[in-house]
Amino acid sequence: MKILALVSILLCGGVLLYVTDYFPVWGDPASPASLHISPHYIQGSLKDTAVPNIVTAVLADYRGYDTMFETSVILAAGIACFFILRVSSNRRPDAKLYRHIPTGITLRIEKGGREPLGSTEFERIDFDWVPYDLIINMTCRLVVPFIQLFALYVIAHGHHSPGGGFQGGVIFGAAIILFAIANNLRQTVQMMSEKISALLSAFGVIVYVGTGAVCLMLGGNFLDYAALSPVLGVDAVHARSLGIFIVEMGVGIAVTAVMVWIYYNLSSAGRQDEGL
Amino acid sequence: MTMDAFTTFVISKYNYWAVVVLIMIGLYAMIAKQNLVKKIIGMNIFQTAIILFYVSSGAKSGGATIPIILNAHGEDGIPVRAMDYINPLPHVLMLTAIVVSVATLGVALSLVLKIYNQYGTLEEDEIRLKIQKEAYKSLH
Repeated sequence: MKILALVSILLCGGVLLYVTDYFPVWGDPASPASLHISPHYIQGSLKDTAVPNIVTAVLADYRGYDTMFETSVILAAGIACFFILRVSSNRRPDAKLYRHIPTGITLRIEKGGREPLGSTEFERIDFDWVPYDLIINMTCRLVVPFIQLFALYVIAHGHHSPGGGFQGGVIFGAAIILFAIANNLRQTVQMMSEKISALLSAFGVIVYVGTGAVCLMLGGNFLDYAALSPVLGVDAVHARSLGIFIVEMGVGIAVTAVMVWIYYNLSSAGRQDEGL
Repeated sequence: MTMDAFTTFVISKYNYWAVVVLIMIGLYAMIAKQNLVKKIIGMNIFQTAIILFYVSSGAKSGGATIPIILNAHGEDGIPVRAMDYINPLPHVLMLTAIVVSVATLGVALSLVLKIYNQYGTLEEDEIRLKIQKEAYKSLH
């Protein structure tokens, strides 16, 4: 079986390499991919949208439909993870571990036992959790706000430097996931509940689609941000620039929330109680 | 094969060689490995190969820089020439493809988690054996 797989894959690779004979060489400025429509984007994007980063301009303006549906795909992935994994949180675990903070003693409380709810001297810990690592906790507490700030910078500066909604959203989501890994899942869910992350991921898509719909109502085409110029009070070119920014914010919110939502469900197998 | 032909086939097209090697690694993992997580890793390597293929097709030699226009809000009148910037289109397409691949990875991992909870293993042949046993039991 493995020999068969190896032979067929070597054949497949050989065919692919044989076909590269017809392909342009590395870095050829006259390759077909660089001749057809890309000069139009390179020369026109600054005039059309006042955005120096051509990738951002093409992503959110020329190819706005594509990006809108990519964002919906991400939302659909978050919803799919939810429906595959989520189990009812009413199903209580068999036993719980509580640590008495002043003495460091861990208590195991079986089902039906009295839990020290509301007491500040006890904290709930996970079964597979190494308790209390001061260095990791402190480092993450210091690092997380800076990662979040950097994520906002990446989203906001996507017009002038590499960046944008997708990248910034993933960085922001990574900061929250880092917090969840350094502390525990329950604490993170208390700060950003599952309901909020689900609503935010839908809200991000709605911001994108809503911007397109507002353009439609103001008399332009769907996602033609030039129609927003009377509302924003700028000329048509700068209205496109601002429209791209609004849309990128929507993408960033959706991507952040979906990353966090998928992490919540994956790390705890849908229980959202004890997890990584 | 003369030296010249070798140069054009291998050295000036080394990006395609890298892509084909990555595709072969990914395909082999997807076909030959029994473990489902290894199959998913193979799928991701395959996706990476496709992303590398697209992005490398946008490269331009001869002093072209990243697709961000220089001095965009400074001196007016500098013409923007297409040969000074690499092709932005593959970057746009792959930017969305990367995020979608992360999303599909999430869905794939959640399916694998569900399979592990059901059958207690991730090896494909063991799972198939357990399914057959259950079908046999339900028949008799």
